[in-house]
Amino acid sequence: MKVLVTAKRVTDPDMKIKVKADGSGIELSGMSYKINPFDEIAIEEAIRIKEQSGGEVIVASIGGDEAQTEIRTGLAMGADRGILVKTDGDVDSDAVARVLVKLVEKERPDLVIMGKQAVDLDDNQVPQLLAGYLGWGQACFASKLQINGNTATVAREVDGGIETLEIDLPGIISADLRLNEPRYPTLPGIMKAKKKPLDTIHPADLDVDITPKVVVKGFSNPPERKGGRIVADVPELLKALKDEAGAF
Amino acid sequence: MANILLIAEDKKRELKKVTLNALTFAKQAAEKINGQVIVLAVGAGISKVAEEISAYGVSKVITAETDGLENYIAETWSAVVADVTRANDVGLVCMASTSMGKDLMPRVAATLGAGMASDVLGFDGATFTRTMWAGNAYANVEITTPIKVCTVQGTAFDTAEKAGDSPVESFMPTIPEAKTRFIGFNESVSERPDLTEASVIVSGGRGLKGSENFKLIEDLADLFGGAVGATRAAVDAGWMPNDLQVGQTGKIVASDIYFAIGLSGAIQHMAGMKNSKYIIAINKDEEAPIFEIADAGLVADLFKVLPEITNTIRKEMGK
Ligand SMILES: Cc1cc2nc3c(=O)[nH]c(=O)nc-3n(C[C@H](O)[C@H](O)[C@H](O)COP(=O)(O)OP(=O)(O)OC[C@H]3O[C@@H](n4cnc5c(N)ncnc54)[C@H](O)[C@@H]3O)c2cc1C
Repeated sequence: MKVLVTAKRVTDPDMKIKVKADGSGIELSGMSYKINPFDEIAIEEAIRIKEQSGGEVIVASIGGDEAQTEIRTGLAMGADRGILVKTDGDVDSDAVARVLVKLVEKERPDLVIMGKQAVDLDDNQVPQLLAGYLGWGQACFASKLQINGNTATVAREVDGGIETLEIDLPGIISADLRLNEPRYPTLPGIMKAKKKPLDTIHPADLDVDITPKVVVKGFSNPPERKGGRIVADVPELLKALKDEAGAF
Repeated sequence: MANILLIAEDKKRELKKVTLNALTFAKQAAEKINGQVIVLAVGAGISKVAEEISAYGVSKVITAETDGLENYIAETWSAVVADVTRANDVGLVCMASTSMGKDLMPRVAATLGAGMASDVLGFDGATFTRTMWAGNAYANVEITTPIKVCTVQGTAFDTAEKAGDSPVESFMPTIPEAKTRFIGFNESVSERPDLTEASVIVSGGRGLKGSENFKLIEDLADLFGGAVGATRAAVDAGWMPNDLQVGQTGKIVASDIYFAIGLSGAIQHMAGMKNSKYIIAINKDEEAPIFEIADAGLVADLFKVLPEITNTIRKEMGK
């Protein structure tokens, strides 16, 4: 089975984010970058499918040259080859989805697995957009995936419980946190990854106009919370609960 | 822009309250652009939900029900929503940012060729304010397509009040053949209110050390008729069901009182609860980041203090 997965380069999810004083963007000096954690889960799932039943795993990223690092991470985990669709500056989720449509048409994967959201922009849109454009079935927020020939059975984490869907293949899966625990790349894996093919192409090669439909005009800081008061003991906590919070 | 279409959501054919928060957004947006609010309720047997929402003074409520719409499927629902959008001079399609809203609305956007903003907090008639980076940045975004799509952060809007009867009409949808089939739903049964609807939430983390100890969390929550929440660590460990996860990738809540117990306050967790009105933190590590946003923090071993807290409150309440 041929599986297409994605690897977005995102700001380190555990670093504090600050909006620039002039609101033009996020303060990026000293920032470190990582592969989007949800994409890591998607890549792991694709590699497990390959390990079970053979096939190929292709890692795609849409972004600047630096995103090669995240593709190499996927290759080091065990994916077979990479594709960087090189863009300058920001692209919106819609443009990413339309680029992926073309990659899907070119590569003809049996399955696309992507992280359910990127932890920078928090859009949670691309897998659904891609499924919509392709007219394929979608199973988003997956916590369990089983391939049965031409279909996949997917457990989805939704409000109020776990839903199970069956989708025809080819189809789109978006990975949630509990789908698996991604492996760490091993040293031999990292060495091997350096030799795996990584093609760079441009949106124009795919005939995609990446003009965004959604344009960010500016950023602001969320309202600050004044916290930090420590109470001495249980009676003081109860007093705060009663007098300040009006709990009882 | 023209009309605003709000997609209603139900749970077993009862209107979900978060739809009424999204309705407040829709009404505010309608005023900004001189449009009308239309509500769409999709699903077999949905007329009861339509009746409920018709009491909230909107320009009309549209029902779309037919065979094949028993269970929500993104492919079929998005086709129906897109058809209704095109037939009603709609400029903005919105829905609460629930798991269904998140699943459905991007597909609606693709079907309509529309741009979409996720987790919207406000709309000034031209740009949408939304959260990014786990709620640590607000972005102002402009959607450049004639039809716009968004999901709405329920906690940012009050629940709409009843405001007079609205006409209900039905729309006969054409259902495309779906490549997806509903197999089943494993419901996590709980007597407690939904996290997004509770005024008091008691959340526990890894510090609870096991599912059996969540009884301590539940006992406190039940005194207030509150909801129980959990961190990713507690859910991953299998101590609590997935839909109780609070955070960037779980539920976003804004309760009157939020107890954060035995949890550290990771960025991803705080993203889901820091807009609560009053936050209480109990953690044995005085360096835990949760204390930075707590209105009252107690540095203590939860196993030592929680029973005492619960018992004292119970007595004071006369329960
Ligand atoms: C992509 C991604 C998405 C994520 N999304 C979410 C999300 O939506 N929600 C979420 O919650 N997390 C999320 N996380 C995980 C998050 O980063 C943290 O790992 C998680 O929130 C930690 O949970 P915790 O606070 O329970 O555990 P820990 O960080 O281990 O904290 C346990 C705390 O308990 C305290 N403690 C231990 N014993 C006691 C005791 N006896 N008495 C008092 N205190 C005690 C400790 O001092 C410690 O502070 C996400 C992570 C990633 C990478």
